[in-house]
Amino acid sequence: MSVAPSVTPKTGDDGVVLSLAGAWIVAAGRALETSAASLTSAARGARNAIIDLTGIERMDTAGAWVIDRARAELAEAGVQAAYQGARPEHALLLQEAGYRPLEPPKQVRTSPLLTLVAAVGETVYTAGLDLIDIIDYLGEIVVMWSRLAAQPLRWRWTSVAHHLEIYSLRSVPIIALINFLVGAIVTQQGIFQLARFGASPYAVNLVGVLGLRELGVLMTSIMIAGRTGSAITAEIGSMNMREEIDALRVMALDPLEVLIMPRLVALAIALPILTFVADMATLAGGLIVSWVYAGMAPEVFISRLQSAIATETFLVGLIKAPFMAVMIGLIASTEGMEVRGSAESLGRCVTASVVKSIFMVIVMDGVFAMFFTAVDY
Amino acid sequence: MGRREVVIRVRGLKVGFGDRLVMDGLDLDLYRGEVLGFVGASGAGKSVLTRTILGLLHKRAGTIEVFGYDIDKLHPQEKLLIGERWGVLFQEGALFSSLTVRQNIQTPMREHLNLSKSMLDGLAAQKLALVGLPQDAADKYPSELSGGMTKRVSLARALALDPEIVFLDEPTSGLDPISAGDFDDLIGTLQKTLGLTVFMVTHDLDSLYAICDRVAVLGHGKVSAVGPIDELLLSEDPWIKSYFHGKRGVVRAGTAAKRPAERAGEGRAQFDRVQGGGR
Ligand SMILES: Nc1ncnc2c1ncn2[C@@H]1O[C@H](COP(=O)(O)OP(=O)(O)O)[C@@H](O)[C@H]1O
Ligand SMILES: [Mg+2]
Repeated sequence: MSVAPSVTPKTGDDGVVLSLAGAWIVAAGRALETSAASLTSAARGARNAIIDLTGIERMDTAGAWVIDRARAELAEAGVQAAYQGARPEHALLLQEAGYRPLEPPKQVRTSPLLTLVAAVGETVYTAGLDLIDIIDYLGEIVVMWSRLAAQPLRWRWTSVAHHLEIYSLRSVPIIALINFLVGAIVTQQGIFQLARFGASPYAVNLVGVLGLRELGVLMTSIMIAGRTGSAITAEIGSMNMREEIDALRVMALDPLEVLIMPRLVALAIALPILTFVADMATLAGGLIVSWVYAGMAPEVFISRLQSAIATETFLVGLIKAPFMAVMIGLIASTEGMEVRGSAESLGRCVTASVVKSIFMVIVMDGVFAMFFTAVDY
Repeated sequence: MGRREVVIRVRGLKVGFGDRLVMDGLDLDLYRGEVLGFVGASGAGKSVLTRTILGLLHKRAGTIEVFGYDIDKLHPQEKLLIGERWGVLFQEGALFSSLTVRQNIQTPMREHLNLSKSMLDGLAAQKLALVGLPQDAADKYPSELSGGMTKRVSLARALALDPEIVFLDEPTSGLDPISAGDFDDLIGTLQKTLGLTVFMVTHDLDSLYAICDRVAVLGHGKVSAVGPIDELLLSEDPWIKSYFHGKRGVVRAGTAAKRPAERAGEGRAQFDRVQGGGR
């Protein structure tokens, strides 16, 4: 380790001689700062000061800066300071890396209340903009859909198939597992709660209707919003960050057609398939629990299920799936397009994408519930 | 060359991706205080070599010693010390995108040293001035910078801890010739004043002539030639010949070798001015 920086002041006839010694390097940390401060304080009040650099063992750009800053501060306080005995390289360093006064950054003062109000206003405003954005995209996509519908060859089927594999096939295990567990839990709770009324067999109705109408599609949509929506936002967002989207645009390719359409189509196909898988898994969970927990034979479960549900029950869940898919895909891709330069912004947009799509999935499910009740389906 | 201290010693280095060997038994010495220029065709593996020395890529065989430490056998404490003693300018800048320029430059100082805020701000401003950026760049984010500015900020960050070695991967590519010249001047000044050791990958023939003490040529996974530039100019190797005497090299070849000497003289002249100025 090198010797710490030090200052030895000596008062002479026409001013102070400040002899510096040691290593004036940034690695010295605080010692560098305190030595520089003692440099200024020792010479304050004197008429002239000579900064003697002969004893300096090492100096780097940070060292040069603090020494030069001390000199500048002394000059400001009316002390004429000059260097003496600098080695050629140190003199060059003091010149090249020396202190330059910088104007203090302008501080804009605002009251905290104003900031708060402004922040609230901005949030509301951006929420409105988000909505407009999404409607805008939806419109563009409908226009494109109607344009492309006539030319199925221009659909990017390879890309659709690729994304279909990633979104649906790869999600099957987790979706099946989660819905199996949900079906099992609902049935177990149903059997347990309904037993008080001696109505435990009705747990089959519970898991059948609830699972097929709501839980299957809801759990699947939430899972896909988290798993696939975030991936879409991250993919499109990082392409946006690295100017890949701009590259597409200047090639006169529409990012909407090249990137977003195939993902939306793949999602719209994948989600109903996954919902079907989820429905089956929920029922399987119910069947196993009724068998193991309540001793209901599988044949009995199935015949009870047949009387409890109708084709509509199953279709109600399934019809919702493509709408959920388009909603998730739209939110994910608009958020992806929102990503600006930094990694932080990418993270923020991915989070926003997941939170917004889960929220919208639940809102849509509520709207659908009201709608189906109204039309008595 | 004399018996100078070797700060980086690479022996028998092999690095590959899949079944392709990019480095195949490469040997290299970097001496303290020298500027080593590294040239080679695009895709020859210059960035791969740099990244391997920095410990970012795995090697298949060979040894790398930095400051006398074998980088395979470092204690965490030694790793930290080495991190303070070298600085890197990555080819793409590698600035932290969620930090401002000032925070980027302060990151190494903040993490490794205990300095006051005013000192940190002052040093960041100083580093910005050194690399020739205006002070109002300090509050910008990396995504708001041009390619050349990104390079400069990245150099400023690499110099933040006043390292002993800096690795520069194509520092002047993407800069206008004037800025590239300033870059060379800065590196030259730092080498003279701080005894900085520089490992510089470059395609800029001007940089090679202006500041490099030695030039190494990378070819077929090895250093195929290394030496002062005038020696390489006499080489019979076809690639080296076309590199230096090709369409773009031929103009400069005439002025070779004179330049470093001239530059040293300039440094001296500047110094005289300082002394005479009575500061
Ligand atoms: N992560 C990687 N995976 C596979 N190949 C790589 C990787 N990084 C570099 N390469 C290959 O190694 C070779 C050298 O690359 P690089 O060092 O970047 O070249 P340059 O000399 O232009 O800097 C190239 O052929 C490149 O394709
Ligand atoms: Mg490279």
